[in-house]
This record gives sequence, structure tokens and C-alpha cells, in this order.
Amino acid sequence: MRLRRLAEMDRPAVSFMLDGVPADALAGDTLLTAILAQDGYLRASEFGDGLRAGFCLMGACQDCWVTIDGGGRVRACTTAIEEGMRVARGRSQP
Amino acid sequence: MSIVIVGAGPAGTRAAEVLVGAGLRPIVIDEAPDNGGRIYQRQPAGFRRGPRALYGFEAKKAQSVHGLFDRLRSSIDFRPRTLAWNLRPGLIDTICDGKASAVPFAQTILCTGAMDRVIPLPGWTLPGVFTLGGSQIALKAQGCAVGARVAFVGTGPLLYLVAYQYARAGAQIVSVLDTTPFTTKAAQAFGLMRGGATFAKGLYYIAWLRAHGIPVAEGVSALAVKGNGQAEKLSWRDAHGIRHEAAVDAVALGFGLKPEAQLADLAGVPFDFDPVQHNWVPRKDAAGRTSVEGVFLAGDGGGIQGADLAEAAGARAAWAVLASRGLTLDARAIARLDARLAASSAFRAALERAFPFPAKLAASMADDTVLCRCEAITAGELRAAANEALATLPPSEVNRAKALTRVGMGRCQGRVCGAAAAEVLAASLSCPVEHVGRLRGQPPVKPIPILPAEAA
Repeated sequence: MRLRRLAEMDRPAVSFMLDGVPADALAGDTLLTAILAQDGYLRASEFGDGLRAGFCLMGACQDCWVTIDGGGRVRACTTAIEEGMRVARGRSQP
Repeated sequence: MSIVIVGAGPAGTRAAEVLVGAGLRPIVIDEAPDNGGRIYQRQPAGFRRGPRALYGFEAKKAQSVHGLFDRLRSSIDFRPRTLAWNLRPGLIDTICDGKASAVPFAQTILCTGAMDRVIPLPGWTLPGVFTLGGSQIALKAQGCAVGARVAFVGTGPLLYLVAYQYARAGAQIVSVLDTTPFTTKAAQAFGLMRGGATFAKGLYYIAWLRAHGIPVAEGVSALAVKGNGQAEKLSWRDAHGIRHEAAVDAVALGFGLKPEAQLADLAGVPFDFDPVQHNWVPRKDAAGRTSVEGVFLAGDGGGIQGADLAEAAGARAAWAVLASRGLTLDARAIARLDARLAASSAFRAALERAFPFPAKLAASMADDTVLCRCEAITAGELRAAANEALATLPPSEVNRAKALTRVGMGRCQGRVCGAAAAEVLAASLSCPVEHVGRLRGQPPVKPIPILPAEAA
């Protein structure tokens, strides 16, 4: 799964680091959008039952947590991407 | 002493309008960066789609609520990006950008809205499975579809609305699969017709989808998502019992809505099980008053009623607040609101009956299906606890099941799994679902950072 952009694609580009690798997003993206538009997951379940990519997108399920440098753990669905942000998805893909 | 409105959606906006009209300056708190709530969520700065593209038939209503809120901004104390995480007598604990603040109130109107009601399916934790409401937010607030081949699964009016919005936006829809049989809906046709335009729009979405060659199936069962590390296939049984399988990369899942009523719970408002909504709802009168002094409810957070009625309920609750302060009332405005709220109850009941929560689907979940996605607890683990400890030593209810199994103990506090967990537990104990109770709210209602006092 990747999020598929259908509209609003003429926004300014934003560069960020995803797990130490340069990545691009658009201004106004949430972290969830920025990440899932290019790769299919946000975190790994702590209980070994696989990867997660968020669920509710409205700040209720708490299943989209990622880590940002200087900001700690944040909900990807309610945090806006910023230029130069360094985002880590907890555990790399098993 | 101040009046605090929690939630800047349609209910909160209309409540603020009435209070400002009476010369008051309410505090309006919302967790989101802007007003509108979920239904009329505004897109971020720099997005350019017009109201028609964002809200469809509801564009005028959305514009009206947004326009009103914008006019009210200078007359209210609006606090966006602010989470109300606890409610104590006369005090709401909030956090904004990492800064904590206890906000005193004489009266509060809780307009805390709703979220999707979910039934876990095999494979529902795979990347690519999202709630229906979340899938709508991806499109509305981010201009994205949740995948390149999306299936819409569940029941309720939102199922067809979001599928329609996706199709109109150019997304590829694999199928719309409704667990409610056609006959169940048809049986409510008379009551639904009282909904007038709302009913007509619902029929239009379904007809539009069919006319555009999008497969719509009703009365489906045995739903399952499969895939290696992500959603890849969706399987189901149709109304005739025939198995189907389709390639997907995303699934939008939802079975109606449930109130986000945690703050009302913490305030001490009693809850009742509403058999028609099949939800636990905080007890309130027709004006939104509760048995807790100074606490009022409006909108879906006080029981699912939809955006139109949320506007009326927000205004009505604000008048109830003014009455409690001994201020001048507009009897005609109040009578109009009361009439509007009363007139719609038959339609709301018909709508709930037309798309009933498929409790059996939840109760019959396979033992190895993950029930609690926060802590990866299966339905079988809950059943085992029900058959042992819970069956032999009362109380046999969901909070004790939570203590024994951790179902509902995770970061979402049972928001996602609570409704289905109650069905699984009740079925195991062979009792009506209302007998196993509801998960109690706990502060903080959402996770907040904990810092040493000197650092805060």
C-alpha cells in the first residue's frame, strides 16, 4: 500500500530524512502522508505481529507513532511535516 | 467564571454563536489545528480545492459553519492544537504544544464528536487497512486515496458516501461490501423517507456507484484481509454464500460511529446502553443537560445524531447554559431548536435500524483474529478468560476482562476494540451485551508526555 495523491500536487516540495535516508514530501503533508506516499508502513508492532501503517487518521487509535529528532514520539497522522525533519520509524523492517 | 466548549465542529461552533450573541466570550478548545471537526475538517494552508470538491452536497453547510466560526474568532478564546485530557469538577486539564494548563469552568459544553465503530477482521492490522472515517480524512485533508485499489467494507451511510467521494476524486474502487442485507434497509424505507434530502442523497450515492460500474454487494459475510506484510487480498462471502476474492492494496473499514464520550465519563455523567444505536451514550436531556452540574453535551459525542442535528444541539445546549446562568432567553429560538431536534428522532432511529451494527459478526470473530490491535490480543484469549476467571468469579464485565487480558488496556484505551470486545465477551458468557458494561474512561484520555515538574 502507498497513499495515492489525487489532488493538491502543486504544493512546494519539502525534504526530510526518513530512517536516515533523504526523502521528499509536499508542504502541508502530515508525517503519515509524507511517509506512506513513498513506503508502506510507519512502525512495527511491539508484539511481533508485524508492521503497522496507522488506522484511524484522526488521532484516536495511536497506531501511527513515529519518532522525530528533538520532538520524541509523535502521532504521524496529526503532525505536519517540516523541512529537514528527521523521522525514524522505531524499528526497521524485519 | 468561564464557559468552555470542547470541540470546534458543527456543535461547538453553533454553541459559541449563541453564547457570543449573549455577550459572553467562551473558551473553545480543539485538538486539531483548525476548526470544523471531522465532518467539516479544513484542509491545511496552501491547499486549493474548493468547498464543493471537499464537502460535496454539504458544501453550503460547511461554508456556513466555517464562515460563522471565522466571524466568531475575535469574540471567542479559541485554543486549537489543545488536547482536553482530563475533566475534574470545575476544571479541564489541557495540553498545548507540550504546555499543560488547567482551565477552570463554570459550565462546559462537551462537543467531542465521534469515531468509526470497528469490527476486527482477520488481517485488519495489516498496513493498508484504515477506518472509513480515516480514509475520508486522507482525501479531504490531504488529497490522497489510501491506496491504488481500495475496497470499502462495513455498513452505514458513511460506507457509500466515502466510496462515492473516492470515485469522484479519481480513485480506483475494487468493491463496496455492505454487511447489511438489502431487505433490512428496505424495511426502514418509510422511516427513512422522513429524512427527506438526507435519504435522497444516500440513495443517490448508491445509484451513482452502481451506474459507474462499481460493484456494490449487500449482505456480505466472512470478510478477511490477507497479505504478506501488507493488505493484498480481500475475501468475502456474498448474500448467496458464494466466496469471492479480490486483489486490493487498501481497505476502508467501518460499521457506523460511536461517541467519543471519555470526558463526559470522567465528569461522572451516567451512561445508558442505547439499543437502537447499539452504543453506550452519556445520559442527557433534550437540551443537552446532564446530571452533573455545569456539564452539558452536544453533537455526536452525546450520542450519534449527525452533523445537521449537531448544529441544532450545540445551539440548544448553549441556551441551556444561559438559562443556568439566569440570563435572558429567546423563547422562540429555543422552541425552533426543540422542534427540529424532536422531529428528526424518527429518521435517526430508522437510519440506525437500516444499518444495524452487525453484533454477530463481532461475536463470532475467529479465535486467532487479533481483537486488540494496541496489544495484539486475540479474540481467543478474551474467550479463554471469559470461560475461566470471568465465568466463575463475578463481576463478569469488560473492565475486569481488561484487567485479566489487557484487551482495552492499550494506548487507544479501547476506543478501537471496545465495542467488538464487549460482543465477544457477552457471547462467551451468553448474556446481552449491555450486561458486560463498557470500558471506563481514564485520564489522560489520550497519551500525553510526562515530564518532571521542573521541566514542564
